[in-house]
Amino acid sequence: MVLIVNGERQEVEATDVATLLRDLGFDGSFYAVAVNQEVVRRARWGEIRLAEGDSVEILTPRQGG
Amino acid sequence: MDLYGQSVSSRLLIGTALYPSPAVMEGALKASGSGIVTVSLRREAAGGRAGDSFWRIIQSLGAKVLPNTAGCRTVKEAVTTAELARELFGTPWIKLEVIGDDETLQPDVVALVEAAATLIRHGFEVFPYTTEDVTVATRLVEAGCRVVMPWASPIGSGQGIVNRNALRTLRARLPDVTLIVDAGLGAPSHAAEAMELGYDGVLLNTAIAKANDPVGMARAFALAVEAGRAGYEAGLMPPRDFASPSTPVVGTPFWHAAG
Repeated sequence: MVLIVNGERQEVEATDVATLLRDLGFDGSFYAVAVNQEVVRRARWGEIRLAEGDSVEILTPRQGG
Repeated sequence: MDLYGQSVSSRLLIGTALYPSPAVMEGALKASGSGIVTVSLRREAAGGRAGDSFWRIIQSLGAKVLPNTAGCRTVKEAVTTAELARELFGTPWIKLEVIGDDETLQPDVVALVEAAATLIRHGFEVFPYTTEDVTVATRLVEAGCRVVMPWASPIGSGQGIVNRNALRTLRARLPDVTLIVDAGLGAPSHAAEAMELGYDGVLLNTAIAKANDPVGMARAFALAVEAGRAGYEAGLMPPRDFASPSTPVVGTPFWHAAG
């Protein structure tokens, strides 16, 4: 199915957040994830079902002022 | 100063952006003596490790982290970003920015008050970046903010305090709120001025990060903050319109001797 991952359309097999991160090579330790502008806590990455057209934001710590 | 019940020894809060290198950033943060650093959240590229390496440096410093909502333009964006920050950084602290104008980065104070109220209901400890407007600051306090952060001048402009009278009024009207001047400070003297006005602290980034020697400038700001605070606590003399001799007049040589 097609998801919008960090603003870009992407064809994916994954149907949950944990699998999506693994499939896309997000193998660092520090991520926060929102699906359709709602936070998905790390503990629920394996539970949340992704649907066609969902918008997924994958964020990490960055420099800030 | 008191930040939501936590006592913090340094009155200087430092941003982590715009440094020439991570090593210089680390040196500047140490030289500043600051115990609190601001950070942000940004999209990570697939396979990217920028977030991981940055976060490990910050963790190694042992500073408290104040995540921001920089770049947010709506209440919804700011609230969601704050929720993500709490998830990622494990802190209820959030520097709340809701930007209303691209050129000045002036806060959208209407959205700011609404977002602050929502976040406080959700258990956040909100540090709102706002203007010097006393009514807006009062609304933020009524919403539950125990810290308010008015700007000195637009973010990154280095203009220093452009509305000194309003900042003085704000301090006088909100004596029990922790007030931190955030944004626009360009020189150590600007930071000292904010502290002399009775502000509890200052938050800055660009003036240090973009100095020729960020480590030296971080130390300069630390000294200025300390000097300004000491001056405020010692009690500044009131200015007056005319001169008043400091050397005694009585016994002046040749007094009335001529003629």
